[in-house]
Amino acid sequence: MTSASEKVVSEGVASSKPLVELDHVEKYYGELHVLKDINLEVKKGEVLVIIGPSGSGKSTLCRTINRLELINSGEIRIDGKPLPQEGKELTKLRAEVGMVFQSFNLFAHKSILDNVTLAPRKVLGLSKDQAEKEAMELLARVGVDSQANKLPAQLSGGQQQRVAIARSLAMHPKVMLFDEPTSALDPEMITEVLDVMVDLAKEGMTMVVVTHEMGFARQAADRVVFMADGQILEQGTPAEFFDHTKTERAKDFLGKILAH
Amino acid sequence: MQEMMTLLSNYNVPAAFWVNVQLTLWSALFSLILGVILVMMRISPVGSLRGFAVAFVEFFKNMPLTIIMVFMLLGVFVQLRFQFSSTFSTNFYWLAITGLSLYTSAFVCESLRSGINTVPLGQAEAARSLGLSFFQTAGLIILPQAFRGSVAPLGNTLIALLKNSTVAAAASVATETSTLMKTMIEYNASMIIAVFLIFAIGYVILIIPIGLLTTWLSNKLAVRR
Repeated sequence: MTSASEKVVSEGVASSKPLVELDHVEKYYGELHVLKDINLEVKKGEVLVIIGPSGSGKSTLCRTINRLELINSGEIRIDGKPLPQEGKELTKLRAEVGMVFQSFNLFAHKSILDNVTLAPRKVLGLSKDQAEKEAMELLARVGVDSQANKLPAQLSGGQQQRVAIARSLAMHPKVMLFDEPTSALDPEMITEVLDVMVDLAKEGMTMVVVTHEMGFARQAADRVVFMADGQILEQGTPAEFFDHTKTERAKDFLGKILAH
Repeated sequence: MQEMMTLLSNYNVPAAFWVNVQLTLWSALFSLILGVILVMMRISPVGSLRGFAVAFVEFFKNMPLTIIMVFMLLGVFVQLRFQFSSTFSTNFYWLAITGLSLYTSAFVCESLRSGINTVPLGQAEAARSLGLSFFQTAGLIILPQAFRGSVAPLGNTLIALLKNSTVAAAASVATETSTLMKTMIEYNASMIIAVFLIFAIGYVILIIPIGLLTTWLSNKLAVRR
């Protein structure tokens, strides 16, 4: 892997310094109160998994962290600095926060290789050769290097999502956000994406993952956060949360999910 | 047929069509540039730019072209004394191109906007979350896909522009087809059907290839999702 993640590893997994901080965050969609007094810290190297029923605000929460969603009040800090408004500062921050979407969102008119090299070339100013060399290493790492010259529509969903992860990694992000990365995938493709994410977690990447994959939460999470109705109702280590669930709401949710 | 041959040998019809083609090409170029600027304003995060673009497009889209052309002549030239050249014919020619470009840019903007609507919001979100600026996102991700998605409406706009170029007569461009047609009818009233046919066939010959080309391009360039 790249030097960036080695650096993170060498600084120690889950060191005490918070990388992402949310302070009394409130958000409304018109009348609808979607985020209610959210307070959350993600430490460097920590893997935070957010679960909860649909409409609980977990995706919205994830998207506020790189300002794809604006908040009404409260403060969000990345690496100690408050989230900037529009402009160059925000652009710079977004380059440091990776994001993987439910619907992959690969650039449909560009080849797989161009998808991965675009931002390193245009934002970081890497040469074409340098960017392509790194991109091929990343694509090999997620197992899609043989597809480098194809267009996104020619790949399976699982392959597209792995490319999307490689595209984010190419920017050497400090933290990566995953917004339901496997929810749009056919069941047989979920594992190949989760495997890549588990590897990333092991290497010490700081991750915020919104998911319905309880297996992934148990295996890779340092902490599980349960949200419902725009509030954080419960959080703890996977063992605490899954084996000693405290709130009725979470018990009810887990009962429904794990029933089959 | 005999009548058409006689007319064609007495009048330089191809030269008149060439004037319309030139008017069309210049106006297509300028309206494309202006249309791209307008559509970028329309998707920009700055409210006042969006407002200006909406007002501009709505104004020129709803204003009859003849009125714009007459205004270019009587308003811009006669009243405001603005002129491109001291040679009358050159001046009228560029005034007509200005009028056509302003008018057509509104439709180019609308065509491109329909293309932008075919680009999922996620494409822009992905670009922004990678740290690309607004201009990089628009220029590298959104507009290239929007162009591919709006080849057909842009082709229709080009066809409309070619036909609209005859309205340049209203700005006193005296060498284009509709003016020549009027002259030919005036002096050859007995051959009116043949005169009509010459110009009808001429425009069909110009327009059908544009239609075929844009249909072909539109399929070839379509973005697969």
